[in-house]
Amino acid sequence: MDRYTEQRLFGLLARASAALILAVLVMVVGVTLWRGGRVFITDPAVAVTPPGSRYMLDGGGGFLHAVLGSIFIVVPATVVASILAISTAIFLQSDYSSERTSDVINMFLNVLWGTPPIVYGVFVLTIIIAAGAQTSLIFGTIAIAIFQYPIMTRYADEALRAAPDTVKEASYGLGATRFETARMTVRAALPGVIAGIIMGFARGIGDAATVLFTAGRSTQMPGGPFDPATTLPILIFEQAASFNAEVRSHAYAASFVLIITVLALILVSKLLAGKFARFAPGGRHS
Amino acid sequence: MGTTETNRSDGSSRLDRRLLLERLSSYWLVGAGFFAVALFGLIVLTLVQQSIPIVSEYSLFQMMTSSNWDPASDEFGFLPAIVGTIYVTVLSMAMGTPLAILAAIYIAEYAEGRTKLIVSSFIDVLAAIPSVIFGLVGLIVVVPFVGDYLAPAVGAHSIGLGIVTVSLVMAIIVTPFMISLSVESLEALPDELRESSLGVGATKWETIRTVLLRAAGPGIFSAILLGFGRVFGATIVPAMLIGGQTAIPESPFDAGETLPTLIVNDFGELMSIPLTQSALILVGLTLLVVVWIFNFGAMLVRRRLQRRWQY
Amino acid sequence: MSNETAIRTEDLEVTYTGNREVTALDGVSTEFAENKLTAIIGPSGCGKSTMLKSLNRLHEIQPNAEISGEVYLGDEGIYDTDEPLPEIRRRVGYVPQTPTALPLSIYNNVAYGAKIHGNYSNSELDDLVESYLRKVNLWDEVKDRLDDPGAELSTGQIQRLCLARSLAVEPEVLLCDEVTSALDPISAEQVEETLEDLKEEYTIIMVTHSMDQAKRLADDVVFLYLGELVETNDTRSFFENPQNERTQEFVKGHTAVDYDDEPDEESVTDEQPVATR
Ligand SMILES: Nc1ncnc2c1ncn2[C@@H]1O[C@H](COP(=O)(O)OP(=O)(O)OP(=O)(O)O)[C@@H](O)[C@H]1O
Ligand SMILES: [Mg+2]
Repeated sequence: MDRYTEQRLFGLLARASAALILAVLVMVVGVTLWRGGRVFITDPAVAVTPPGSRYMLDGGGGFLHAVLGSIFIVVPATVVASILAISTAIFLQSDYSSERTSDVINMFLNVLWGTPPIVYGVFVLTIIIAAGAQTSLIFGTIAIAIFQYPIMTRYADEALRAAPDTVKEASYGLGATRFETARMTVRAALPGVIAGIIMGFARGIGDAATVLFTAGRSTQMPGGPFDPATTLPILIFEQAASFNAEVRSHAYAASFVLIITVLALILVSKLLAGKFARFAPGGRHS
Repeated sequence: MGTTETNRSDGSSRLDRRLLLERLSSYWLVGAGFFAVALFGLIVLTLVQQSIPIVSEYSLFQMMTSSNWDPASDEFGFLPAIVGTIYVTVLSMAMGTPLAILAAIYIAEYAEGRTKLIVSSFIDVLAAIPSVIFGLVGLIVVVPFVGDYLAPAVGAHSIGLGIVTVSLVMAIIVTPFMISLSVESLEALPDELRESSLGVGATKWETIRTVLLRAAGPGIFSAILLGFGRVFGATIVPAMLIGGQTAIPESPFDAGETLPTLIVNDFGELMSIPLTQSALILVGLTLLVVVWIFNFGAMLVRRRLQRRWQY
Repeated sequence: MSNETAIRTEDLEVTYTGNREVTALDGVSTEFAENKLTAIIGPSGCGKSTMLKSLNRLHEIQPNAEISGEVYLGDEGIYDTDEPLPEIRRRVGYVPQTPTALPLSIYNNVAYGAKIHGNYSNSELDDLVESYLRKVNLWDEVKDRLDDPGAELSTGQIQRLCLARSLAVEPEVLLCDEVTSALDPISAEQVEETLEDLKEEYTIIMVTHSMDQAKRLADDVVFLYLGELVETNDTRSFFENPQNERTQEFVKGHTAVDYDDEPDEESVTDEQPVATR
């Protein structure tokens, strides 16, 4: 093949690949919104109606329990995970740890980052069994927090490292302690840190494998932290396999809610990150 | 600070408080820093400890080579799940990797301005879509496609669910992670590399293939391994689309199972049989260890590539 | 300039659009003589690199560069032409300011362009690699380690490797952008010696920040200021008898200070923002 033909061919292939991926994205979002939207048209209250007594069998009622379960599990998990993640990220800065130490910790973070979520699920379930406890909302929270922690740490670490050195210098120059300086740095990197927390939240709210055997797969409204609960992804997973068309249609509605939530979260995080990139001196996107 | 009398007399106790806070916070931060290490250690220890019962009863080799999985009669053969996992991983990576690298090349080297911004934001959106939604759309779209068109077209029989279906969906799911890492590595390359290569009369594609893909090679390689880890540990999509069959698949169009789906299908119900529980925890441990080995191997290979392909 | 013209520009105008619009070249028409070394000088940011890159259309890899005017290589224009772009760039080679080894072995760094353009047998390639490495005075230093990564050489050696790589495709014109500015004095001297040898055989156009280097190496000098061509002349007349007032100031200003190292350092730091993408 002539080299100019080759050049054109691969240029075309590159374009086609990107186009294919975008087309799939549009299709996934489109199908979800279309199918889910149709359910909402006939039954607009389905997301805010509590489930009926035989909900998983006949689809009577709605899936408010899963919406609430998702919120009650993922919000506290995000709070816990973000506090831990920001702390770890601060520790990884040169003020607190030597390069060697942060290299070692980073290695473990990378392993955690690549660990399949199902492993966290199995781990937490093992703890539940060992403790003689019962799968419940609180364990779902723990599992999700563990899952979010390495993701958020990575974002926070990146944001902190992108913060201008001048902040640190100025802070130390005023006689501030390490901790006071770290707080200044976090403040300077705040948009990036928050964007990372939101991304972690989005990942947490969409994950099913971690909570599948830890939250309890309840089909009723969530009670206290030690009662079984369920989340939207678990619900979709279970409903999708149902033989009852009504139950399956609720999976589409639940997906509609989930995808809108996730898209909104990404949008917010992108806006924050974009703002962040514009103000970061010498930022990567300048 | 300290411009008035009261503030000055207050100064030393305020300093004490600040230093105390500094000390306390540093304990907390050190703790948080090593949390990652502790968490990893705890996970490994727990899983190892809980896997002991099954490993002391049956040899690992025996379990890995037996294709009979029937916990009720004490049969623990992982082979079908292992075969299924390998099938899915290889197929999805074979489809996803070229797609991802080509798309990354498009974003980093061809797209400009607004188009580039839009395309890469869309890739980020794709990365964040929950896999359960991919599974659901897979059921609606990919299952009929494979069952009614693809399988008949290649002369195979398929109920729609199966290894090929899972692989098609997973191939798309892994691309965004691979793309964003690859784009990052390509964009980090200095323009001098492009200028040097184009400056001796290479075409854009020759420059990309021979110079840029090599120079960004270590990063792209990591991206591929990251993708590998994603497919390998994927749970929800295989569980929804693989068709749950505990026999060794004869063709990629067959239904099957993977290591994660084995856990999903059997955990809840068979928890009462202690050995089953241990066997499934062993599967979890295996997932962790394989991902770990790959991470570690990736580091070594990366280092070699970095030397070989430095610029 | 009495000799044959190798390459000439006609009303060359380059504008970088983007956040703010910069006219880097504002209607430059000049000629570069064959088999001579022409130095382009001028203050930082006056458009020297842009001028050089527009001579083989390398500025086009910047998404925001717009150009008008024409460059004639011999008699043919390089913008308004059917000739494929890579072929134009083969005929007008380019060596970047930062010494840049391709991610290939030393051997393949030199053979890279040749392999693309010609069907050489292995032994022919061996000969070609050796002869060009000899030409840039690098052969004796690397002949035992041809399979090592090119980037493991010292920066000075890499810069000579770059010269060899560019020469190996037999360009008609060689563009060198401040090729010594990133080097230590000794490596810089070696590269200068190489250029000194090469200028007998090749048409070389070199950007430099150092008046001294221009005096030592160049046959002709082109002086740019804020994107405009101020003066061009043979080196001797240029420095001894500058016609334009600006040139007089510039030449004087630079002879007054110790221009040996200082301008060079300046150029290194100034170049950075331009190099980012
Ligand atoms: N990609 C670009 N986008 C926007 N402006 C650019 C770009 N490249 C160069 N410029 C601007 O064009 C002008 C000329 O740049 P050029 O690099 O040609 O100058 P130079 O004479 O080579 O400078 P130096 O001596 O620092 O290397 C400068 O004002 C520079 O800021
Ligand atoms: Mg320049």
